[in-house]
Amino acid sequence: MLELHSVTAGYDRRAPVFRDVSLTVGAGESVGLLGPSGCGKSTLARVAALLHRPDAGRVVLDGTEVRAWRHRAPRAQRTAVGVVFQQPRLSADPRLRLADLVAEPLRATGRRGEIPARLAELLPAVGLTDDLLGRRPHEVSDGQLQRACLARALVLRPRWLVCDEMTAMLDASTTAALVAAVESYRAETGAGLLAVGHDRVLLKRWCDRTVEWAGPNGAGEPVKALAGG
Amino acid sequence: MTAPDAHLVRALEAVTAERAADAVLSVRGLTVRFRMRGGRSVAAVTDADFDLAAGECLALVGESGCGKSVLASALLGLLPGNAETRGTALLAAPDDAEHPTVDLLAADERTLARTVRGRRIGLVPQSPAAHLTPVRTVRAHLEETVRALTGTPRRERRAAAEAAAERAAFPAGHLDRHPHELSGGLAQRAATALALIGDAPLLLADEPTTGLDRELVDRTADELRRQADRGKALLLITHDLAAARRVADRVAVMYAGRIVEIAPAARFFGESGPRHPYARGLLDALPEREFTPIPGLPPELTDLPEGCAFAPRCAGADAACAAPPEFLAGVACHHPLGASRA
Repeated sequence: MLELHSVTAGYDRRAPVFRDVSLTVGAGESVGLLGPSGCGKSTLARVAALLHRPDAGRVVLDGTEVRAWRHRAPRAQRTAVGVVFQQPRLSADPRLRLADLVAEPLRATGRRGEIPARLAELLPAVGLTDDLLGRRPHEVSDGQLQRACLARALVLRPRWLVCDEMTAMLDASTTAALVAAVESYRAETGAGLLAVGHDRVLLKRWCDRTVEWAGPNGAGEPVKALAGG
Repeated sequence: MTAPDAHLVRALEAVTAERAADAVLSVRGLTVRFRMRGGRSVAAVTDADFDLAAGECLALVGESGCGKSVLASALLGLLPGNAETRGTALLAAPDDAEHPTVDLLAADERTLARTVRGRRIGLVPQSPAAHLTPVRTVRAHLEETVRALTGTPRRERRAAAEAAAERAAFPAGHLDRHPHELSGGLAQRAATALALIGDAPLLLADEPTTGLDRELVDRTADELRRQADRGKALLLITHDLAAARRVADRVAVMYAGRIVEIAPAARFFGESGPRHPYARGLLDALPEREFTPIPGLPPELTDLPEGCAFAPRCAGADAACAAPPEFLAGVACHHPLGASRA
């Protein structure tokens, strides 16, 4: 289970982006979090992915309470969550070739030996061809780069996947292809998914359940808890 | 190869001829190549033909990297130095003796800068927050544009800027904010307000809805539609089929640098659907439809196949597809869907 209990988070302690929000994703479950832009859903995704330390509240990952975020998080927890962001250009190191971009998490965790086998298995699954692997990000399209970013998120076989507007920049066909890749990974490994987005039609089609994050926020009206839907 | 219905072809050609007669923008054989190191060249746009009339919205759709934005840059003369263009893109202004018809591809930089950009073509940019100058307020942007484009005297500029903001539904209370203090939707409206100041007959909107949430997409799309209803010609470049459906009169589908289908929006999104297999595949990939991707990846623009560029991904491809398909009756395909096989 990925549990967020009464989490308050933001970038200024005096004016948090959201207060007192709770959300639970069951093992193997896929949850879509829907909300308008600026409501704080990306911040929530960052908290769930252990990338942003909340001001208050608890995050529990598979029964273990999270006590440290970002690089301070223990490796076992950090690598249990894979993240895909909205903008592939901003989340890819422009100096790395796509093959190195995808393999980077294996290198960073001292598992270089697994690189060839894992890449051979993963790249067809996300629809990347061999000729793209030698290229750098500026030489591929947004869709191709996002495929590589998804492969990077899956390369350590995370038990949890957080997709923050993964497909907002992409055309319909690439969107469907990336969602299919995520779903086949989940079918194979039983990983849980938190998909954040504003596209209701997409998330309803994609996820087991969707959660609405409604109401004006930040304007003094704190979101209490999220209702399931 | 199917024989297209002769009557249909004639009817469509008549419509096209009529469009060409009162078109604001008339593009013929627009081709863009980028010369790369090592003698390679990138075929970004190949033989694009279309007309756009006043009061009409044409949506140009296709996946990222298919050449849509290059086409827009070509029309504005904003391509990098290693680009080569061919063809014509005539920008007409029928009621305006002062501004003769100009070929956008042949015009020099001076003509484009002084008479075309902002004055005869308004650009609604992608990612408006990045388009605005971060250290200046929205009011400063608007006043500068008013001064540059309309020559309004200094004491009237403030009012003119406020009127421009109102036209794009930008709230007057936010005029003194800097770009980073605006939400995505407000930044979009600020950019639209800037594009409208020159009262250009042609509006070019390059992915104006990317990254906005659905409600803002709808609002931005509706605002663009209102501009078309006021008599502007609108070229909307987007990968968002829902936005295209909301505003477009006609849809042009681009694949690997070529326009492969142009269809009335009602038919394209309606029951009979698109006729090109790629266009059909794009629609079927929508989550409200089949949600199935088109297999494979688009071809490299440096290494396009001899024949139909879509053939390697097409379920209906056969021997005929080794030759490039001609653009007939609104579709470039050897075996368009919905036509009886001859």
